[in-house]
Amino acid sequence: MPLLRIRNLSVDFATASGAFRAVDAVDQDIDTGEILAIVGESGSGKSVSMLALMGLLPWTATVTADEITFDDRDLLNMDRRARRRIVGNDLAMIFQEPMSSLNPCFTVGWQIKEALRYHLRLGRAERHARAIELFEQVGIPDPEKRLSAFPHQLSGGMNQRAMIAMAIACKPKLLIADEPTTALDVTIQAQILDLLADLRRETGMGLVLITHDMGVVAETAERVSVQYAGQKVEEQAVGDLFNTPHHPYTGALLDALPERATEKMLPTIPGVVPGQFDRPAGCLFSPRCKFADAKCKSTPPAPLGADLGHARCFYPLNANERVAS
Amino acid sequence: MLNYVLSRLLTFIPTFIGVTLISFGFIRALPGDPIVVMAGERGMTPERYAELSAQFGFDRPIFVQFWEYLTGVLQGDLGNSFVTKRPVWDEFFALFPATLELSFCAMIFSIALGIPAGVIAAVNRGKFFDRALMSTALVGYSMPIFWWALLLIIIFSGNLGWTPVSGRISLMYYFPNATGFMLIDSLASGQKGAFASAVQHLILPTIVLGTIPLAVIARQTRSAMLEVLGEDYIRTARAKGLTSGRINGIHALRNALIPVVTVIGLSVGTLLAGAILTETIFSWPGIGKWMVDSIFRRDYPVVQGGLLLIAVMVMVVNLTVDMLYGLINPKIRKR
Repeated sequence: MPLLRIRNLSVDFATASGAFRAVDAVDQDIDTGEILAIVGESGSGKSVSMLALMGLLPWTATVTADEITFDDRDLLNMDRRARRRIVGNDLAMIFQEPMSSLNPCFTVGWQIKEALRYHLRLGRAERHARAIELFEQVGIPDPEKRLSAFPHQLSGGMNQRAMIAMAIACKPKLLIADEPTTALDVTIQAQILDLLADLRRETGMGLVLITHDMGVVAETAERVSVQYAGQKVEEQAVGDLFNTPHHPYTGALLDALPERATEKMLPTIPGVVPGQFDRPAGCLFSPRCKFADAKCKSTPPAPLGADLGHARCFYPLNANERVAS
Repeated sequence: MLNYVLSRLLTFIPTFIGVTLISFGFIRALPGDPIVVMAGERGMTPERYAELSAQFGFDRPIFVQFWEYLTGVLQGDLGNSFVTKRPVWDEFFALFPATLELSFCAMIFSIALGIPAGVIAAVNRGKFFDRALMSTALVGYSMPIFWWALLLIIIFSGNLGWTPVSGRISLMYYFPNATGFMLIDSLASGQKGAFASAVQHLILPTIVLGTIPLAVIARQTRSAMLEVLGEDYIRTARAKGLTSGRINGIHALRNALIPVVTVIGLSVGTLLAGAILTETIFSWPGIGKWMVDSIFRRDYPVVQGGLLLIAVMVMVVNLTVDMLYGLINPKIRKR
């Protein structure tokens, strides 16, 4: 039984011009202690699916799923009270912009201790001791002094460390990191990723890393799920994904990596992710896919088997030898 | 911080001179003559008129008069009332506690109702509560307060007989005026029912005076809350699994308070201006009523001095509000 099991998750947003499907029939499993990366470009619904899991979407969103089970508990049919006891406790999340994700009116220490008081009911002295311990764990020097600092007095990297300390305060079983390094300098990015990987090893928690940076994926993740326009189009172990991508979208993403470029011009994927009004009838990637034919444009492909990375494609890449045999 | 306060105090000087100039010019620009008013219906001889004119200094050029007034003010002398002959300063502070008591109660009333109303409206954005509260606020804001006061008097004092029509306390009670604040004095006097009577007398004036600030505060709180509720740190608070009461009441409200405190500060000016009407309607013996009476009597020193003191009061309140920002949001502190 995986730690988290999501089946057929869809999220629709009510907009002034009708419903918009941001997440479309996504299945996802995450095991205890594993690092899963969810990649995809902006607007591919990777954050939204995890925000739906956390129950953090605005009221305009409608979440439907066949199953959302976390730690043997049914999150889907759980009332808000019971859900609040899990969210922030066993299930935690950190966000993209550490500067704006911390409340400017309260010290970082106050914000960390709040979670400790609320979920673990620790006393004042215990909270303080635990907060110092957490700051040491995430590598914030001089924790005693830093606890009474306000977010604007700390750097972006320090704030993200404080956010991580806050998220892991109650020893979560699963930590979702939504583009945790996007807003940070490159040197700080590496530090934060190392920190997350270390924490995973120390605590044995599962880690979901939402990113659009393939470099981050290659360095950190163990398994990768590729999302496109709200659908999961492929999922493989990280090595296999980089060596033998099966979905043309994954292939195109990898070709666009500067490290892999063979020509002077960096290859790009033409066009943009389809929006509310230009959603194709067939495969969602077909308008941008160089392999697409009439069938792709008219019929939506179903996910293939695990040996082909569950790719949603009629003509998967790197499958010739298997298909031929 | 000290530098900041000092630099702000420096900006008081031009405002101060401006206010003296305007109040000095404004009362003289009104038709009417204090000496004629003093003479009453009997009138007076031209010789007596000239004598009184010279006594009050009205025969000299207006610039000289202003200069003398200004130098007097800077030495702490606001002049004596033409009518009572007592120093304006003494009269002001004898009456000011009544106004302060009323304004304070009105402020408490408008904050205590306005902030929760704004928060409730913002949290229920677009729903019934939001629409009901905001339309009520709009009505409250647009209503002429003298009409609102008369309406309340007719209903609660006239028809229902629940509250007294005017004054600060029932004539049945008498006690020394120790602090000037009726709520405190009546309690200190230990007379049975005195405090209740003082409270009863305060209710209607408080509601009338507090209505406009209440509406402004409620609307400002709502819009500030709506802005804050979309911020990333609110999502973080929700990701912590906190209750919506704690998120709205602590994480969001603290951030939304900055613009609210600004309008509260600005309302103090509105409140003192509103006090003039409210006090006149309810015969409340405060500076508002005193000012109105003085304008009718063309009592120049009282009008000038009263306006000046009110202006200084508003300036001090605004400075206090500016310093409060730093307390609420530490990000503003270091600037």
